[in-house]
Amino acid sequence: MTGGLLEVGDLRAYYGATPVLHGLSFGIVEGGITTILGANGAGKTTTLRAVCGMVRTEGEIRFAGERIDGVATEDIVRRGIAHVPDGRGTFVNLTVEENLRLGAYTRGDRAGVRADFERVYDYFPRLAERRLQQAGTLSGGEQQMLALSRALMLRPKLLLLDEPSFGLAPLVVQDLFRIMRVINEEDHVSMLLVEQNANLALDLADHAYLIETGNLVIAGTSAELRKDEAIRRSYLGY
Amino acid sequence: MSRPTPSPSTGEGRGGGGARSLRSGRSSMNTFLHQVLSGLATGGIYASIALALVMIHQATHLVNFAQGEMAMFSTYLAWAMIDAGMPYWGAFFLTIVLSFAGGIVIERVIIRPMEDAPILASVIVFIGLLVIFNSVAGWIFTYTIKSFPSPFPAEPLWGNSYISTHELGAIAITLIVLVLLFAFFRYTTLGLAMRAAAENKTSSRLVGIRVGWMLALGWGLAAAIGAVAGMMVAPIVFLDPNMMSGILLYGFAAALLGGIDNPLGAVLGGFIVGVLENVVGAYVIGTELKLTVALVVIVGVLVVKPSGLFGRTLVSRV
Repeated sequence: MTGGLLEVGDLRAYYGATPVLHGLSFGIVEGGITTILGANGAGKTTTLRAVCGMVRTEGEIRFAGERIDGVATEDIVRRGIAHVPDGRGTFVNLTVEENLRLGAYTRGDRAGVRADFERVYDYFPRLAERRLQQAGTLSGGEQQMLALSRALMLRPKLLLLDEPSFGLAPLVVQDLFRIMRVINEEDHVSMLLVEQNANLALDLADHAYLIETGNLVIAGTSAELRKDEAIRRSYLGY
Repeated sequence: MSRPTPSPSTGEGRGGGGARSLRSGRSSMNTFLHQVLSGLATGGIYASIALALVMIHQATHLVNFAQGEMAMFSTYLAWAMIDAGMPYWGAFFLTIVLSFAGGIVIERVIIRPMEDAPILASVIVFIGLLVIFNSVAGWIFTYTIKSFPSPFPAEPLWGNSYISTHELGAIAITLIVLVLLFAFFRYTTLGLAMRAAAENKTSSRLVGIRVGWMLALGWGLAAAIGAVAGMMVAPIVFLDPNMMSGILLYGFAAALLGGIDNPLGAVLGGFIVGVLENVVGAYVIGTELKLTVALVVIVGVLVVKPSGLFGRTLVSRV
């Protein structure tokens, strides 16, 4: 895929000397939602970490046409990639509001930041209620809302989401995914979503990839992947 | 270069001098009040050192054993400037700025390469820094005890007989430093970023914070706080390369007592240790054994309540 917002070519990633990704090539269309499916340990989380410069990589990563491989994480973030990490990455000792302020740390436009506070509180009224509460005392669902909101405060062009549904009640997940769609459609934020819940992910995404043990095995639109016999049996369960 | 032999007795009687002006003929209540107040003055200095320790501990989970010697070296810089004819407050503020810069340089040049080293290696580096600062100060400024000026008038305020003006001034300056620090960490974005970097490095990078620089800033701030403490304590204990060795122990006791992860607790711990040291020294064990108080506090806290009086028990849901 060429001309996309994010283009990855022959990406290899290592934890220490152990290779985890064995040469992935994929792309993300601007304005779309792409999902990466795969079993535990397939390398989904590592792929997101590689994009953010959080693991040692080889190969080429281009964001909006520019090379970002080898760039420090904090500088990749400044170019407009927000990462909602697995485990949510909450600053547990800080308040909800301070967590959100940190999301906007790199921004200088005070008025815009204020407007974005309103916007995320509008998406998640529960966070507004708990504005001054210590973030570590929030429930798992609320912390996931906070993680998503913190990422939005960056005004990202690309949002990396690592298993946002993990450990959450189905109703909370529904709510979260509804708002992710709103964010994608109204704010035109492109997304790269990693999920174990393939059904959920294919509902939201327009493009999908399947990786197995560090290799890309299937690529296509969500509809195409849904029809794939192997995916249906192994990942959708029917 | 000629170098006088180190005086072996300079380590004694350090860390506050509550008992030094005990005069007969006063009511015991007055004496007690005097002990408490002058304990508060030295307590403020312990609080500052404790705060500097906590600041670095929060970011790195290590205790900077060289904190006291860095403060001592800063105080010598101030002394040299005043000796060269600079007005006190000029030297005071320039010393703070130089110490801040020095703290940053130490982090960048010496501590940074140790980032992924085992804890023991870092501890050895801290002890190495301690010895280096101590020796370099002795080498440059000699081991002869020097008097260090106080910016405050010699006669007690309102003619009171409980507390000297310098002690009152030291308390006031400690409080000003604490309020400034509190405001910085609570209300500025940079302060918030430093707290974030201390708490969660990965998440901090993911919002664009340059974590390495936040650690360096923490070292700079700790060195600056230490410099203030050194300049406030030097008129009381006099200036020599071993000036801070006892005070670091009290600061460490204060930080542990308050909870090593709690800045406010460390400050309260400082005042508590200061008063405790003076009162116990005057009434129970005598001034010569005062340093034991610090050691007893350290051992006692570690055995009975390792998180300290105000140490937070982290509440977190997953």
